[in-house]
Amino acid sequence: MRKIVALSVAVLLVTWLLIVGLDAAHVMPVEASTQAVSVDWMWKLMEIVMSFLTALILVPMFYSLVVFRRRKGETGEGVHVDGNTKLELIWTAIPLVAVVVFAILGGGNLADVLRQDPNAMVVKVTGHQWSWKFEYPTDPETGLTVVSDELHLPVGQQVLLLMTSSDVIHSFWVPEFRLKQDLVPGRFTKLTITPSEVGNYAVRCAELCGTSHAYMENPVIVSTRDDYSAWLSSKIQEAKVAATDPVGFGEILVKQNGCVACHSITGAAGIGPTWLNLFGATVKLSDGTTVTADQAYLTESIKEPQAKIVANFTTQMPTYGFTDDQIAALVAYIETLK
Amino acid sequence: MKHNPLRNAFVFLLAFGAVGYGAGLGIDRLVTGDFHFSGAVAAAFALLFSVAAFFFGLYGYRGVTRGLTFQVVGMFAGALFVTLIRALMGLKAFDAFLFSEPAWVFGGLVGAIAFLFGVGVVSDWMKWARGIDTPEHHEDEPGWRKFFGVSLDHKVIGIQYTVTALFLISVGGLFALIFRTELAESQLQFLTENLRLFDQSGPQLYNTLMSLHGMIMIVSILLGIAGIMNYAVPMLIGARDMAFPRLNAFAYWLSVPAIMLLLMSLVLGGFDTGWTGYPPLSARAPVGMQMFFLGVFVAGWSSILGGLNVIATTLRMRAKGMSPFRLPILVWSALAASIIQLTATQLIGLSFQLVMFQRLFDMGFFDPAKGGNPVLFQHLFWFYSHPVVYVFVLPGLGVISELLPVFARKPLFGYRWVALSSLGIATVGSIVWAHHMFASGMNEYLRVPFMYSTMLVAVPTGVKFFSWVATLWGGKIETPTPMLFVLGSIVVFLFGGVTGPPNAMVALNLHLHDTYWVVGHFHDTIFGGFVFPFFAALYYWFPKATGRRMNEFWGKVHFWLMTPSFLVLTFGMMFIGLRGMRRRIVDYDPAQGFDHAQLILTICAFLIAISILIFLINFFRSIKHGEVATGNVWKSRSPEWQVPSPMPAHNYDVPFEVVGEPYDYGLAGSKYIEFAADGAGKKH
Repeated sequence: MRKIVALSVAVLLVTWLLIVGLDAAHVMPVEASTQAVSVDWMWKLMEIVMSFLTALILVPMFYSLVVFRRRKGETGEGVHVDGNTKLELIWTAIPLVAVVVFAILGGGNLADVLRQDPNAMVVKVTGHQWSWKFEYPTDPETGLTVVSDELHLPVGQQVLLLMTSSDVIHSFWVPEFRLKQDLVPGRFTKLTITPSEVGNYAVRCAELCGTSHAYMENPVIVSTRDDYSAWLSSKIQEAKVAATDPVGFGEILVKQNGCVACHSITGAAGIGPTWLNLFGATVKLSDGTTVTADQAYLTESIKEPQAKIVANFTTQMPTYGFTDDQIAALVAYIETLK
Repeated sequence: MKHNPLRNAFVFLLAFGAVGYGAGLGIDRLVTGDFHFSGAVAAAFALLFSVAAFFFGLYGYRGVTRGLTFQVVGMFAGALFVTLIRALMGLKAFDAFLFSEPAWVFGGLVGAIAFLFGVGVVSDWMKWARGIDTPEHHEDEPGWRKFFGVSLDHKVIGIQYTVTALFLISVGGLFALIFRTELAESQLQFLTENLRLFDQSGPQLYNTLMSLHGMIMIVSILLGIAGIMNYAVPMLIGARDMAFPRLNAFAYWLSVPAIMLLLMSLVLGGFDTGWTGYPPLSARAPVGMQMFFLGVFVAGWSSILGGLNVIATTLRMRAKGMSPFRLPILVWSALAASIIQLTATQLIGLSFQLVMFQRLFDMGFFDPAKGGNPVLFQHLFWFYSHPVVYVFVLPGLGVISELLPVFARKPLFGYRWVALSSLGIATVGSIVWAHHMFASGMNEYLRVPFMYSTMLVAVPTGVKFFSWVATLWGGKIETPTPMLFVLGSIVVFLFGGVTGPPNAMVALNLHLHDTYWVVGHFHDTIFGGFVFPFFAALYYWFPKATGRRMNEFWGKVHFWLMTPSFLVLTFGMMFIGLRGMRRRIVDYDPAQGFDHAQLILTICAFLIAISILIFLINFFRSIKHGEVATGNVWKSRSPEWQVPSPMPAHNYDVPFEVVGEPYDYGLAGSKYIEFAADGAGKKH
């Protein structure tokens, strides 16, 4: 009996030490959304569960290894005990009860992070290989829609991300917001986030999506409501100007679609050919022929990326479904890169 | 002059590798008009030629060499056949990797079937079909040569499985070391954009190696448990062999062409989907994807037939008096694992086959543009791929329960509970698959029941842990190498187990999913549930197979080097995972501050590799030079240790009868089995 009491005390002590250790290690990133608070509450609970279970098994195990080890010169066998039905019932029943308790807690916790505000701001998210595109609510005065490759969010306002993919499955994850949701082609998935801390974060794709999956990373900026409004109106202003200037429009499209993730404008090597000094240059293709990078060639390469592949490039560029106006603007922009 | 066969093998490997490379280069030049020195075609030819030549040098033109030759010829014949038809139909005959995708797929399939004819594993069945009788048993060659041809002896097949598994573990581990080295530092060091190998850039090659690491390890585990089950089950239950010896050999030999196909996927442009092969990404990947699908499909057949055999053997061939609750405990978990293998493997084969057909015949099963549903694939895939982790760990947990009483010198605590908990785990494990899909976009509410069922797995698993601890309590514990690995299994599997519940809680899972946390968690479960018990089993039954034992000192070095390195590796993975490190990425943002941790992880990976190398040297050296051990080395009560080692060809000369409980250590005068006293019923 004294052994049992001593062991119980040791189990509790080790549990406590493990919890303190895990707490001190600060394993979770900054909490930047109200959902993160709920998730972290569950994590704390799980720290206790993990610590207790570890101690519950390891303490008596190592105790046995020391106390019941065969000493030098010792003969004979262990005590002949082959089971105890009462004990087996206890260590089946108690975990069963624990499972029911955690099922209830887990369900409630899920409801907390899914709770939706009817006044949530809706941002449309499109993932594509290998960048993100965010469409903000249409401006009621000008009728213009701001599209950006940056996710700007006002603090304290719940946002409903309405997400889809134009090619393969991607996954939206900002570790500081905690929650993760896949983007599936052909359907919309939802994620609600209420940012709670002003700051700069990054959204990184969490579902393997091909060659440059590791670099599918765009900025997320949580700012005060005023800063957010200022940013949004500057973008609307930009969009107004762009409508009258093809080169400027092309530049905005390039930003919105994350083209530079593959095509550098500085001459640096990338997944796709650089655009610097591309217009008018002679390009060697993978079938051995050459072609001049003129209006027609560039238009074709944007519309049908597989038609002509540049030598030494393997990655297949996806089609983006640009309109003719947009393509003309893109080509006009590429022409300026000298 | 006497040649060393192993030296011959390597000379042939290099020579024919060079010949194959040259041939591939030349043919590629003829078709494309250009030399591709690091291209797929030259590499594919070099791979096929060198592997076949290696076995030719070792063993001559028979058995496995003949099988591989048939596979190579079959593959090219099949591919040329489709190419010819395509040319006649006016379709594009040749493509980037010499043959078109349909030609490679058909060639791969024909090659795998041709292998089985070449190796000779179907010749008895073919003879029977033609009305020709064959002897019931075939005598094996003496010495090591019997392992390279078709044998019907379950012990030979068990060793074939085990050594193939060790080879594959080394290949998969090598892949891991390559990408682990790249990950040691942020930014790209050698897997760069400018690299071109097998028509893949650095990041693409990373994706291929990472994906193949997963599937090659999975296949190696399936082969490893098949090795344990094949070798041990008939011996433990007192059977002369498995229920269907020819089917048993057939199942093993299926795995060899499957491995060749998996390796072909590396050189034929690779693939970038991970071992999970989710469409639409897998519908767009290079030809390597199809070779991967085909390889898994063939390996799946091997697993299904192997499982069938274990079930039939356990149900029908037990010794007299061996009632269900007097079975050696390992047989219970082998049975539970085999039921999963027999009933769930079809689903991964099916899901991969559907993507294969989507690519070949433009059937839009998972293509949203054609009304297909990419999430459906994930359900089909995980319906097998979750239960399969219990195929990996149940035999391992069985090894723990089997060996603990031997070294604690005490009965297994709560035998019936431990036995039934295996079936409990297998049952509950079949209804938890969608917990891999909490973030997938499936119905939101469906996540709740899967959270409940997932947590339920903790109950039967807990029974095992408590019973193990209670078995140790009050024992006279000895710790030779096998026992060290058993104890290591319990500790490592415990860490895999306790990190499970956080994944089950849906909201928390949405943070943990697809991060290094999960990578750390499942490496703990697989090492604790398979790798450590596998090593324990190898050290434990090595004397039974060879009549010698492995070196104890180097066994302990292996253990004490591997265990701490591995724990640091997985704890480190979990830590950076929680901080935001995603899975399956070739590079990470230096701003996230993972550089130091990643360097430590890489060092740990190399330490583990060194410890495995020590094990391999010890293993192969001890076959010839180990200390002689023909008796009951571990003082076990188990029937196989009551006869001298190594075990003769048809197991027990005299049948035994079960007269007591299997694990009654410490009960004076008790006996588990008794051999028929007068040799009555002595086998012919």
